[in-house]
Amino acid sequence: MNTCTKNSDSGIFLRPTPKPDRLGTFFHLLFICCAMVGVVSLATIAWFLFSEGLPAFRQAGVIELVFGSEWLPPALFGIFPMIVASLISTFGAVLIGVPIAILTAVFLAELAPKWLADIVRPAVELLAGIPSVVYGFFGLVVIVPAIEVLFNIPAGNTLLAGVIVLAIMILPTVITISETSIRALPPVYKEGALALGASHIYSIFKVLIPAARSGILTGVALGIARAIGETMAIIMVMGNAPAMPGSILEPARTLTANIAMEMSYATGIHASALYSTGIVLLIFIVLLNAGLLYINKKSVH
Amino acid sequence: MKKVIGLAAAIGLMTTSLVQADSTITVSGSTSVTNVMEVLSENYKQTAGKTVEVQGTGSSAGIRAAKDGTSMIGMSSREVKTNEMSADTKGTVIARDGIAIAVNNSNPIKNLTKEQVAKIYRGEVKNWKEVGGENKPIVVVTRDTASGTRGAFEDILKLKRKVNGIKVSAIAATAQVGNGNGMVKTIVANNPFAIGYISLGSVDSSLKALAVDGYKASDNNIAAGDYTIARPFVLLMKDDVNKEAREFVNYILSDTGQNIIVNEGYIRVN
Repeated sequence: MNTCTKNSDSGIFLRPTPKPDRLGTFFHLLFICCAMVGVVSLATIAWFLFSEGLPAFRQAGVIELVFGSEWLPPALFGIFPMIVASLISTFGAVLIGVPIAILTAVFLAELAPKWLADIVRPAVELLAGIPSVVYGFFGLVVIVPAIEVLFNIPAGNTLLAGVIVLAIMILPTVITISETSIRALPPVYKEGALALGASHIYSIFKVLIPAARSGILTGVALGIARAIGETMAIIMVMGNAPAMPGSILEPARTLTANIAMEMSYATGIHASALYSTGIVLLIFIVLLNAGLLYINKKSVH
Repeated sequence: MKKVIGLAAAIGLMTTSLVQADSTITVSGSTSVTNVMEVLSENYKQTAGKTVEVQGTGSSAGIRAAKDGTSMIGMSSREVKTNEMSADTKGTVIARDGIAIAVNNSNPIKNLTKEQVAKIYRGEVKNWKEVGGENKPIVVVTRDTASGTRGAFEDILKLKRKVNGIKVSAIAATAQVGNGNGMVKTIVANNPFAIGYISLGSVDSSLKALAVDGYKASDNNIAAGDYTIARPFVLLMKDDVNKEAREFVNYILSDTGQNIIVNEGYIRVN
């Protein structure tokens, strides 16, 4: 639109009125349509979630539902333990996964000899393609028994098992995006630091990582989104008990696991309560993304 | 626009004729019944040449599917409550199944009373010592609320309580939840402290079925009514369901069908 008005302002005397650019308009519309697919999908999902989930909020009350601690459909719909479980498992995964991922990214971008990087990088990329049910099975037969032995507890299907599986699952996303953003930095950053007498490691931690912060944070945001939305692997390793976990060595059920486990048969107000679980999840993701965008903006300025 | 409508109509005609020619019988519901239903459908395809599509969605979903007509036949692995039925839906019992109380092979315990099992699941008993076992904690494994096995288990052991006038499950909220017979089996087979309940037909050497009130979980004891944690497998159909579905149910109730049920480890009704 803008370009059209500019043309008519500056070029009006130089050439006759141009023929209407049919092809240009067509592509213009095509681009708009494509851009709208995502937005429209999100709007539809949100509308659908709210229209299905509101009856539960209306019957049980927002406070009862969000802060209630007992999930006993069709009588009580407290999802607070699941909110806690989702948050702990996600932040645990970020706490373990992100440092490993950033260091791996630095290693791949700066330190690794070519032959080693050629082994590590495809391995990481392959990790991204493994279906989550396989991660779940790996967790069930390796991590769960390992936790039983290490902590000497009767059952290893715990929050901790979920945290470890999620930490592994977010690695490829964070590594790939962080590595790309470190590589995208202009070489003068590093050259300048080295010329000023900084050591290689010093320049990595004080110059390169801060400079690539915006890209790394994007990677972390996507990692968080993956962790909070993960369902299948979590169902297999976390025990799914809908009670408030007393520690990370107790079973717990996340918001997504709650929806996936009960959606197939739930009817009436129970189904509605599951949709309201979805609303809560959606709000969380919006808040997380907004928070990260804010931090990102602040760090750039 | 006309062309598009014409095309859509043509595709519609083609697909409907395909469906009619194929005459697939659709069955959905209990995951416990699905096992035996898949074997029955394979045999039925060989003898009668008709395709049966089986989907395991849980008993409650199966009952609903039969009532709505989304599936021709609904499967339930528990008694169907009267308020779940509509006037034109009928149930047929095709087999009986015991629910085995399963523990890990390394657990020395052999027998529990129904009362003890109920207490373990309510969370009142937390150590194997209290029911005559070793001094070890009990890891309770249950099924998701969709499961007919859980519904039948709660009904038989009276694991129900009332909250705000609505009946809800009394199984402790801290119990681990497995979403399927297979997952409960994996957890119990790998955890020496675990107790779970699964369909008797799916018990194998990876875990151990306990005797309840002194009676082993065997077909004879269930048929005689001594082993009391047992339930029916019910198929639900609408009165106006098509001929193919009705013939398939008759096949299951015939001698051939009932023999397949026995081979799969369940108890025949005819």
